[in-house]
Amino acid sequence: MTNYQSQNYIRISATTLTPPSARNHEAEMAKLIDVTRCIGCKACQAACMEWNDLRSTVGTFHGTLENPMDLDPQTWTLMRFTEHENDKGDLEWLIRKDGCMHCEDPGCLKACPAPGAIVQYENGIVDFISENCIGCGYCVKGCPFNIPRISQVDHKSYKCTLCSDRVAVNLEPACVKACPTGAILFGSKQNMTDWAGERVEDLKSRGFENAGLYDPPGVSGTHVMYVLHHADTPSIYAGLPDNPKISATVEFWKGLIKPVALLGVAAAVVSGFMHWVIAGPNEVQPEDEEEAHRIIEGKNAPKSPPEAAT
Amino acid sequence: MTRPRGTLIRNDTVTRINHWITALCFVLLMISGLSMFDPLLYWLSAFFGGGQWARQAHPWIGIVLLISYSGLIIQFWRDNLWNMDDVRWMMAIRRVLANEEEGVPEVARFNAGQKFVFWSMAILVPVLFVTGLVIWEYYFGTWTSIPTQRAALLIHSLCAIGAILIWIVHVYAAIWVRGSMRAMTQGYVTPGWAWRHHRKWFRSLVATGSSGPRPNAVRREAGE
Repeated sequence: MTNYQSQNYIRISATTLTPPSARNHEAEMAKLIDVTRCIGCKACQAACMEWNDLRSTVGTFHGTLENPMDLDPQTWTLMRFTEHENDKGDLEWLIRKDGCMHCEDPGCLKACPAPGAIVQYENGIVDFISENCIGCGYCVKGCPFNIPRISQVDHKSYKCTLCSDRVAVNLEPACVKACPTGAILFGSKQNMTDWAGERVEDLKSRGFENAGLYDPPGVSGTHVMYVLHHADTPSIYAGLPDNPKISATVEFWKGLIKPVALLGVAAAVVSGFMHWVIAGPNEVQPEDEEEAHRIIEGKNAPKSPPEAAT
Repeated sequence: MTRPRGTLIRNDTVTRINHWITALCFVLLMISGLSMFDPLLYWLSAFFGGGQWARQAHPWIGIVLLISYSGLIIQFWRDNLWNMDDVRWMMAIRRVLANEEEGVPEVARFNAGQKFVFWSMAILVPVLFVTGLVIWEYYFGTWTSIPTQRAALLIHSLCAIGAILIWIVHVYAAIWVRGSMRAMTQGYVTPGWAWRHHRKWFRSLVATGSSGPRPNAVRREAGE
């Protein structure tokens, strides 16, 4: 997306400065996806395409309801269908709307090397500012949910914006607006958490003992949350990570080694300079040239007869 | 290239061209790579016309460097084979650093420091190349798993920092040991330079009547 809210960032990728944050009274927002109420109609998927003017290439039929088969630069949200056999041997049809989770601690933003290509607004939305994106794919490595997709056409990274353009003018995201069963809700994170609590209680009373809210603490919570009937095993929902967190490899690469590497390089340069000051250049001396010429001449001089040498 | 009479060829023309192609690639890779490594250095991407260009150019320059450095390996590996003299030379490194080379074990075409630079790069360049392919989003973004790509990014960064440190040593040594720079620009050194820094190499040239860079090289200057 382009940038709609320039004065209320909490994080900007690849910058060490404090982002502009004058407008700091905004509530943290969240989208709540109640998987237990989803009927898999894909209205949200269609609404996302409509509002964002996305038209993915028509793929091929794979014999499942999942269509297209994966997120792509033109598919920012996707219904994932899982046929799960529970302990009793009953079939459960698990349908999860996949897309960016808008982490409170976003791995994509942490990994991004381009200043201002990924921002996080005060309301919690994590947004890609496409004009600053350089297409390196670091966000793909940083993301614990495997969400961003790089376009082969314009070399930019794309994902759900949580309709930051709509939210900025007090509209709910397009998917929320389109959902016919009320399975997708949008509001302040507090309200959504409270509402999810009621839902979870209701589900528990109806036999779903492990029902719960998916708001993973490993990424300091997310601004897209799920109500799951089996919150103890999120991975049965088409591979939703059980305990997502930014990979230790990424944390190390974007954390400790940056300052250490730069200090090391600086230290090497300074050591070189200090050596120059203390020991100075190593110059060939006239004696070296004389000695070398003496040896060359000795070699080239006419050889004495072997008998004279003995 | 004209060469003053009596001087010795340190690096012939092919070697010098090969070296400077490698050097140019290395510097460009360093600039574009550092711009993506640390946000503090993102401005370096301006040398390429912006971040998109730096990101796009980097792997292609890497391919040229791999080919170019392979050429250097072919030309230099024999003279860089490690032996016990190198260990003794390393033991005497303090004297070398103090510009007191008398009494330090005699050095053939390359000393232990140069060999260290050569072999370090001979290992780092292929590792950088392979890890670089893994993280080359445009062509190979879907070839490996994301955890593999994360590991490749980390290894690539660490190796690049190692290579930059070695490059600094290499560049400083060329500035410090006077006459070395000309050996790679114009290609020749004086006999005194060879005597002072690479005595074993000098002796081998004199013994075979060669004007360098290798003992068995044919004389290129008539009447010398």
